[in-house]
Amino acid sequence: MKNKIISFPHIGDYCYFVKPFLENLTSLNVKFAPPITKKTIELGSKYSPDTICLPFKYNVGNYIEALEEGANILFQFGGGCRYGNYAPLQKKILKDLNYDFEFYELIKNGKTSFSHIYKTFKSINPEITKSKLIKELILVFIKIMLYDHLEHYRRKKIPIEPEKFKKLKYKFINNLKSQKNIFRILKTYFIYRKKYKKVRCKKPKLKIGLIGELYTSMEPFSTFDLEEELKKYDVSIKRYTTVSYLLIYKKIFNKIAKYKVRNYLKYHIGADATYNVYRTLKLKEKGYDGIIHTKPFGCTPEVGVIPILSKISNEKNIPIMFLSFDTETSNTGIKTRVEAFVDMLMMRKEKKSEKK
Amino acid sequence: MKKNKAYLGIDIGSISTKGVIIDEKNNILASEYIWTKADPINTVKKLLKTLKNKIPKEYNVVAVGTTGSARKLIGIMTRASIIKNEITAHAIGTLSKYKDVKTIFEIGGQDSKIILIENGIVTDYAMNTICAAGTGSFLSSQAKRLGVDVKDFGKIAINSKNPTKIAARCTVFAESDLVHKAQIGHKKEDIIAGLCESVVNNYLNNVAKGKKIKPPIVFQGGVSKNIGVVKAFEKITKEKIITDKNGHLMGALGVAILSKKEKEELFDFDILNLNFETKGYECKKCPNHCEIIAIKKDKQIIDAWGNRCEKGALI
Repeated sequence: MKNKIISFPHIGDYCYFVKPFLENLTSLNVKFAPPITKKTIELGSKYSPDTICLPFKYNVGNYIEALEEGANILFQFGGGCRYGNYAPLQKKILKDLNYDFEFYELIKNGKTSFSHIYKTFKSINPEITKSKLIKELILVFIKIMLYDHLEHYRRKKIPIEPEKFKKLKYKFINNLKSQKNIFRILKTYFIYRKKYKKVRCKKPKLKIGLIGELYTSMEPFSTFDLEEELKKYDVSIKRYTTVSYLLIYKKIFNKIAKYKVRNYLKYHIGADATYNVYRTLKLKEKGYDGIIHTKPFGCTPEVGVIPILSKISNEKNIPIMFLSFDTETSNTGIKTRVEAFVDMLMMRKEKKSEKK
Repeated sequence: MKKNKAYLGIDIGSISTKGVIIDEKNNILASEYIWTKADPINTVKKLLKTLKNKIPKEYNVVAVGTTGSARKLIGIMTRASIIKNEITAHAIGTLSKYKDVKTIFEIGGQDSKIILIENGIVTDYAMNTICAAGTGSFLSSQAKRLGVDVKDFGKIAINSKNPTKIAARCTVFAESDLVHKAQIGHKKEDIIAGLCESVVNNYLNNVAKGKKIKPPIVFQGGVSKNIGVVKAFEKITKEKIITDKNGHLMGALGVAILSKKEKEELFDFDILNLNFETKGYECKKCPNHCEIIAIKKDKQIIDAWGNRCEKGALI
């Protein structure tokens, strides 16, 4: 029998934490899909339906590249929009391409449960026990939460030496990823939090909030590294969408968010749309200078939320820039828009401080 | 003899290139407007040659600013002290002439934008994304199809009493709609007027969607020279639309004004005689294959860009 190798699509840096999680649970080899490049998205577009959303194409590209490298067990998650249909469609596309692999969905019909995850892993590794699964789930949750926590801090700060944070980030990930003891994990976190706080920073010129669809929020390649682009103008960034938000906070704040946006939106309109309205209001309250909303071209929930956000933008006097991303490969358009947006916010800010 | 200071602004758009030289009080000393023809470097050389002859003898250019889609390339070539995006440049340029302006419509060759201004500062803007529907290039390609010079478009359009309705959502739809209407016997002037209205509807439904349009409105960009589109805007927005005979120069003017704040360095028209070349190639150091552009001055690389990581850095 040939060697079983597991792989999964990329999103941001989270692959580093998913890998040890899968390794511990299945005792099989786990291999990263090759890093996302233009080739990934070319492959993805070639084999995906033309009008499907962008993350689907990136995922398909990742899968094909991983299969070519020898992977034969693939994982997919899912969500409350077209994301929920990704898994069956992608499985069919890859099977039609004559690849030989097993495909596991961790979320079925838009929902997941402990028993479903348990059954999935049991079918891969019959030796697994419930307590082992609980332990691994807790470990990976904690790691991701701590990582996200420091990332929030990193996004807000503008270091005098830009490379410093990046180096620290990868050191932190390397130290954290394969820890198996909760106390060790916490210790690593506190050590690095101290190190992060020691990095000398300058005062941000502007504060911008990033909202929008989850893939374009979390995968820098898909937005031509929007956050780094903003950092060049000394912008402090707040971004709510992270994996820990999707796994935990989203469920906790569900009712609150719906209540807070009641004047603008009565029903959930899919995915993170309600939250994006909620965040817009929150960012305004917190005194942010502007908001950038990102989405893949044709993302239905986010298209639905745009008129609502425009209304809030007019009523509450906070500028919102809407960016759509597709498979285009030139970043000139984004650079122009970001520069103009930052210029505009700077002018507004100067005017405000003159009035005072 | 002590010379007066002058500032040069160049706006290199997809279709046309505009150059303006101003004095310290923002008066236009010389200006020039030529087609880019997808060759920004030689176009700018040509532009500079004309400007060199037009500029009064007692002035010296002490700072250069560039804007438009080729701003980076030309900015490096002319050693510009400021390289600015076209939105900021247009706003600054327009504000220098119309202090009370609240809304700027801009439709150019490849893009269209709306800029909202309050108390002399930009408060909001929007730009068309991804597709070039309802821009100048659409009008000129349709003019060719109809066998009309795009310059006469406006004059023909205002003769129409009953503009044909043409789909405004997307240029591909508009084009098939246009062909269909022509074949069933609509008059040419009605179709042309309908096209002008479809450009306006497309603009208001896409770019200006959800924006509060307040007068005074200034309309700029190459398409503002088309009287048919101006009339269509007035008909649909029910507001007076201001156009300026220098409307096409506002971007160049704006960036020239911005260059006044930057460091001064005597600009030498001699760059005309230097040999600038660009070379594009694919970086093969990872599967991303970044398209890197290197600009060479007399065979020496002076700058390069396009790489997404350090591996592709040339300098």
